[in-house]
Amino acid sequence: MTFRFVSRKVLGSLATLLFVVCFNFFLFRVVESDPVSALFRGRNISQQQRQQLQHDFGLDKSKPEQFVRYLNQTAHLNFGFSFETRQPVTSEISARIGRTITLVGISTLLSTTIGIWLGIIAAWRRNTPTDYVVTSTTMAFYAMPDFWLGLLLLAAFAESFRWFPTGGIVNVGSGATGLSHLVDEAKHLFLPGLTLTLAYLGEYTLIMRSSLLDTMGEDYLTLARAKGLRDATVRRRHAVPNALLPIVTLAAVNFGFVLSGAIAVESIYSWPGLGLATYNAIRAPDLPMLQGLFLLFSAAVIVANLAVDLLYAYLDPRVRTA
Amino acid sequence: MTAEVATPRVVGRRRIVWIRRRRALSRVWRMYRASKPGMIGLVVLLVFVVLAFAAPALASSSGLHAISTVQNPTWASPSKFGPLGTDNLGRTIGAQFLWGSRISLFVGLAATLLTMLIGSVVGIAAGFFGGRIEGVLMRITEWFLVIPFLPLAIVLASVLSRSLFNIILVIAITSWPFTARLIRAQVLSVKERGYVDRSRALGASRWHLTTRHIVPNVAPLILANTTLTVPIAILTETTLSFLGLGDPSRASWGKMLNEAFDAGAIGQHAWWYYVPPGLGIMLVVLAFTLCGQALEEILNPRLSERA
Amino acid sequence: MTQPLLDVRNLSVSYRTKSGPVTAVRDIDLQVNPGETVGLAGESGCGKSTMANAILRLLPPGTRVEGEIFFDGEDVLTMKPGRLRAVRWAEMAVVFQGALHTLNPVQRIGRQIGEAIELHENTSQSETRKRVGALLEQVGLPAGRANDYPHQLSGGQRQRVMIAMALACSPRLLIADEPTTALDVMVQAQVLDLLEELQRDLGLAMIFITHDLSVLTSVCERLAVMYAGRIVEEGPSATVFSRPAHPYTRALIRAFPTIGDTASRMAPSGLAGDPPDPADLPSGCSFHPRCPVMHEECPHLDVELWPAGPDSRAACIEVRPT
Ligand SMILES: Nc1ncnc2c1ncn2[C@@H]1O[C@H](COP(=O)(O)OP(=O)(O)O)[C@@H](O)[C@H]1O
Ligand code: SF4
Ligand SMILES: [Mg+2]
Repeated sequence: MTFRFVSRKVLGSLATLLFVVCFNFFLFRVVESDPVSALFRGRNISQQQRQQLQHDFGLDKSKPEQFVRYLNQTAHLNFGFSFETRQPVTSEISARIGRTITLVGISTLLSTTIGIWLGIIAAWRRNTPTDYVVTSTTMAFYAMPDFWLGLLLLAAFAESFRWFPTGGIVNVGSGATGLSHLVDEAKHLFLPGLTLTLAYLGEYTLIMRSSLLDTMGEDYLTLARAKGLRDATVRRRHAVPNALLPIVTLAAVNFGFVLSGAIAVESIYSWPGLGLATYNAIRAPDLPMLQGLFLLFSAAVIVANLAVDLLYAYLDPRVRTA
Repeated sequence: MTAEVATPRVVGRRRIVWIRRRRALSRVWRMYRASKPGMIGLVVLLVFVVLAFAAPALASSSGLHAISTVQNPTWASPSKFGPLGTDNLGRTIGAQFLWGSRISLFVGLAATLLTMLIGSVVGIAAGFFGGRIEGVLMRITEWFLVIPFLPLAIVLASVLSRSLFNIILVIAITSWPFTARLIRAQVLSVKERGYVDRSRALGASRWHLTTRHIVPNVAPLILANTTLTVPIAILTETTLSFLGLGDPSRASWGKMLNEAFDAGAIGQHAWWYYVPPGLGIMLVVLAFTLCGQALEEILNPRLSERA
Repeated sequence: MTQPLLDVRNLSVSYRTKSGPVTAVRDIDLQVNPGETVGLAGESGCGKSTMANAILRLLPPGTRVEGEIFFDGEDVLTMKPGRLRAVRWAEMAVVFQGALHTLNPVQRIGRQIGEAIELHENTSQSETRKRVGALLEQVGLPAGRANDYPHQLSGGQRQRVMIAMALACSPRLLIADEPTTALDVMVQAQVLDLLEELQRDLGLAMIFITHDLSVLTSVCERLAVMYAGRIVEEGPSATVFSRPAHPYTRALIRAFPTIGDTASRMAPSGLAGDPPDPADLPSGCSFHPRCPVMHEECPHLDVELWPAGPDSRAACIEVRPT
């Protein structure tokens, strides 16, 4: 991969990030001319509190001045203080980010691998009962709102059968350490992880299936068969690597969706990550938290896109050397 | 427009175009009818549309308000009360479900229309004008594509006031880039075909080219994409309402789920509260997806080649 | 009299399509002797590639194939899968039409060539690499090109790679399906020369498929002309070219006055109209709607290949024995 290619991609991502940063400012200060009263809609705050808040936000300055101040603060990763906890947004976020990465990371890994695997099976056995069962089941999961799937799993496995805890990250007051602490945490992770995995499995399956079906009409597969390769080898060595390319792109788009899914699913299972923090910030409402979370989620998706672009170039030589 | 002075020849030409369109439409319908999943989706959709329209006749809206239902038992299961039981306030689930379907379908459709409008205008403009306009439009589209959908919707919904219209707006603002990108690609491929060059060589204006050649050729794709965007819009509405960002004054399926969760329906084992709205969403989303896929297979030449 | 290397008898092929079966090849007989080059010509869509794919049983599943294809006395159509895979490439290899789509875009060409050698001859990695280098040099490419991806090569180079690949396991029969069609004139001539030279040096039997008759006369000993899925004329190429018996052959010859004519990708200019749709063939002699010398009975005539000279045959009323 050439240096030029990588640096072009990195610069593009930085430009996107800058756009998001500006957009964030626009959203919170320009769309709503008076964020303070918008935030406290329906609640009473004293005139003095109001002025204090406006000063805290720098709302008593002109828009350009506010913008410069905002850029400066954002560059220093300073997103202000949470209304709820009075802690810096940055520290609130960094205390929770690991849990969301765990949840989202494990679910993404599982949903892509299982989804790809199911898609291959469905495409290879196209129009057989196996194909119908796989596609209709994954379609059903795809059509469910992810949090509703979470509610159903919660109701079934945590409330009725009591196989898994209903929420949180560890049993309160168990005080367990070491291995049993890990097991406890894994048990708490199981249902939210399963929810996200099942909810996003469907798309990977369907895309992989249709991508592989497209690939199966390609001439280079006829050539591979003409060489005397077994059908299974043709599929593994020639069809699947090419069919995977669209999946890689999908993974970046989906990463944003999985993050979104995590918001609702974390709140159902009280998994104390960024999703639950978002949920609480909406309820409060806690504007600085929302702003910081929005920037973080956007940055995460931008980074994921960059990673996928580079991965794609690694997988597809046509892009790399173009 | 010169409609008043239209010569018979022009009228004749219009009629020919119209007849041709109608023939194409009936051909599409014939092919659509042959698709079993497509027909299943259509039937399910029709059932829900009929239910939504008939909601006032089937269930009085008084069942939606706690004050007028104080006589009803709370947390009554379907076997004890009404077709679908009651919630923590004694409101009937049946009425909420029926009335909720109206809001969910309405928001889904309205948001999709707005999405399509923005996306098509941007996509057609970018694909057609090319050059710098295209560069700028596509750059913006790419940027919006990267911003994660739900966090953006959440932020927008938080700064805007909570109304049905704003929910529609939020969904449209977050979903148009997907449509714009798709349509632009299609416009480019239409432009590749010879007759656009030919008409341009004959001195056709941009407006003429766009309305006579580009739009008719892109329209089928827009239609298929619309059918596939509705389910996404409905799911987004549901999620936003579940997070408490919906219109507080109107019951939608998402808001039902929100209230069910907040009221502790899970702990109460009140499955009749949280199962119906989710099932409704799932069926409507599936139905739209099946219809959309069937349409896409008919209208997208690349897909229909596949035996 | 030697046994022909390839003996195709009564071959008919029907594709399965959404709108019912489409018969692309009808009742074809074709013999190829060891070391002999046979040309197969005809307009695009007349069933040439279908023939080529049928011989190696590469047609898509669901395609109906009738008749017999004896390779060295053994019927390809009734071979067991294992035997068929062993025959493919080691005995019969193909240079497919359109090398850009026939090479796997995400695999280095060295690996794609080496794959066949490893499969059929169980060679070690270093041995394979040496063989691949030698093959590339044999077709006039530097051995170092093995590390390139298909998109890094020009059209002519890709076609050379295809030829190197086809020669990899020293087959006895080479099927070249329009090996020069997508190339420009200079490169066409080079690739033709290369094929001729290799065929002579290696003593290969070859079926050379093209829609450009003039290419064939210099390369082939015998010629068969196809129209709408049937062979309408065959004989020694000198005879067919200098004294064509079938009106279609005459039109084809007029269409390509010089080797590698630039217009070669167009439909034959000496001929009005389009080739018929194989799903809806004209009655009688299927050529009659376009035939400049059509007789009154042609639309109802059951044509077959009648002797048209000492060693040639044609399917036209004008040579029907009386
Ligand atoms: N996979 C297929 N399915 C259906 N019809 C096909 C398929 N491949 C080729 N055909 C049809 O069979 C006829 C012969 O095609 P082909 O053998 O590729 O012709 P040629 O190589 O002479 O150009 C054409 O009419 C073509 O449309
Ligand atoms: S049989 Fe008749 S129609 Fe056919 S090629 Fe001969 S003259 Fe022409
Ligand atoms: Mg061909």
